[in-house]
Amino acid sequence: MTGHAVGVIAATLLASGVEFVEALTIVLAMGTTRGWRSTWFGVGAALVALAAITAVAGYALERWLPEALLQLVVGTLLLIFGLQWLRKAILRAAGLKALHDEEETYREEVAAAERAGDERRLGLDWFAFVVSFKGVFLEGLEIVFIVITFGVNGGSIPLAVIGAALGGVVVLGAGLALHRPLARVPENTIKFAVGLLLSTFGTFWSVEGLGWFGPGDSSLHWPGGDAAILVLLALWATLAWAAVRLLSVQPREREAA
Amino acid sequence: MRFVAGFFRFWWDFIVGDDWRIAAGVVLVLAIGGVLVADGDLSHALVAALTGVGLMAVAMASIVSAALRARR
Repeated sequence: MTGHAVGVIAATLLASGVEFVEALTIVLAMGTTRGWRSTWFGVGAALVALAAITAVAGYALERWLPEALLQLVVGTLLLIFGLQWLRKAILRAAGLKALHDEEETYREEVAAAERAGDERRLGLDWFAFVVSFKGVFLEGLEIVFIVITFGVNGGSIPLAVIGAALGGVVVLGAGLALHRPLARVPENTIKFAVGLLLSTFGTFWSVEGLGWFGPGDSSLHWPGGDAAILVLLALWATLAWAAVRLLSVQPREREAA
Repeated sequence: MRFVAGFFRFWWDFIVGDDWRIAAGVVLVLAIGGVLVADGDLSHALVAALTGVGLMAVAMASIVSAALRARR
């Protein structure tokens, strides 16, 4: 297996794993508080909507855009997306932003579910249906975005799907076994790693896509070809590490804040 | 109208997130890279390296400015 293939699987596995953890928290809160029937209907409806979007967007992107323009568009989106993750992960690691707490989110969702009324539509508990649909759809959309981007750009949709599916199996398996939110997952560390991978591949592809502005519309080539991906990853990792070191809040400073 | 506004807000939040400067900076650097490629005076390898450095500078500027805001 090439380094490129490993990168695609690792990025989609880690990114989808984090999103699955967040979706699982919402689904568990709705299922245990409001009942599982309407919650599962919400999850099922979201999965159908996601499958439709994936099929249409993947087909349209691959069919209608020239390769260089495709790299430019999805590389740019991936880079912006990845830098948002990396920025938040650096600020959290430096103690400048609160860590994401799945147990706190779970408690908030349960409290909201208990306060909500008993509106019924189509024979379903509408609150449980809508909340689980929105939770799975929004978190799933991020997974779809990453799978399509890596799949189409890396020419390996099956590898990207395998990575995402592995992430889902691991998280959902653990969630079903424990029947509680996965609070011990080192979420910020995973988001840090995913932010680095998304920023690396986003930089690589968006810059390759700049060839679309040149004569012949062919992709621009990095010095060193695909090996530039490893150099970019090393540079992003070094910059991120330096940023955490330089921006870290000292314990005394943190107490005073 | 509310649906259209909600639709755009959703995609804005999804893609741009809570710091629009990252998105603006990335687009600006890539636009400059595109102009350099179209111009054709510099080698593609040099444009790639310069654009990569520019993108990293945008990211670091955004992170440092967010850190300074958080410390205030």
